[in-house]
Amino acid sequence: MNPLHLHEHPAAYLVLAAVLLAIGIFGFLHRRTLIGMLISGEIIFAAASLNIMAVNRFFAPDPAAGQIFVLFIMGLAAAEVAIALSIIIAVYRNYRSIATAELSELKG
Amino acid sequence: MSTMPFAPYIVASVFALAVGATLGGALIAVLTMRLIRAVCGLMICCLGLAGLYYFLNSPFLALMEILIYVGAVCVTIVFAVMLAEPDEPKQTAGARGWLWSGLMLGVSVVIGASLARLSLQGPWPTPAARLNDGSVAAIGRSLLTTYSLAFELISLLLLLAILGALVIARTGRTAVKTDAPQPPAPPVRPAPDPEPVLAGK
Repeated sequence: MNPLHLHEHPAAYLVLAAVLLAIGIFGFLHRRTLIGMLISGEIIFAAASLNIMAVNRFFAPDPAAGQIFVLFIMGLAAAEVAIALSIIIAVYRNYRSIATAELSELKG
Repeated sequence: MSTMPFAPYIVASVFALAVGATLGGALIAVLTMRLIRAVCGLMICCLGLAGLYYFLNSPFLALMEILIYVGAVCVTIVFAVMLAEPDEPKQTAGARGWLWSGLMLGVSVVIGASLARLSLQGPWPTPAARLNDGSVAAIGRSLLTTYSLAFELISLLLLLAILGALVIARTGRTAVKTDAPQPPAPPVRPAPDPEPVLAGK
């Protein structure tokens, strides 16, 4: 495999998407604040979008379908971020903290 | 493309730049202790991802990625960082903290490696024929014919998300405002330490 033509191989994009997913999952487990977990969730969304786009470019018979799917993922992510950030603001107003260790009122 | 000298090298270096920006931005977003740096890492990651979309024959999605993620989502997260806390709390030090971090790293590495192995080994079929060329005109045509219901539903979802965000973020403010003129009446949910910036608005 010639490294000069790496951008024409689907394996490069698929492996990169898997690495992005691993980074996102690690961040989601490792972060201690709600905003940090939200950012890691965005990286997981990005990994899914990249995977769908790679499959769409190289293996799908309809190249428009994957692009529309990724466009819908972007719209859903924007709506999710708006809702999640307003919940985070409301949580911060009630608890004076967004650290996940302190939001333990329901803990038995 | 091949008329220019060194054209393959330029293309390969731009691709390497996009891959490096994506991976580096994601690592910055995950590993820093300052939340504002994590947001900037997410911006770099989305810029690299836009470059990868361009390599995947979809300049429209590259533009949308920059417009929506860098322009809207990251700016919204910056506002939330401004209104809430700017820093991560300290990690638990000692052997227990390192054990948990190693466990998280192991879980993510196992998931990533198994997915990469699956995607490398899979029997990916090449399509016999392409239905369209995947241009912006083809996207618009199928968005308004095949996927028109999903298109309308996502506009409804965005409207509901805006209204819901306004309602959720607004409740605390009206409670502060209406409870302020009557000091003897206790508020419904007494905050432990009302911040003067929020109460003054």
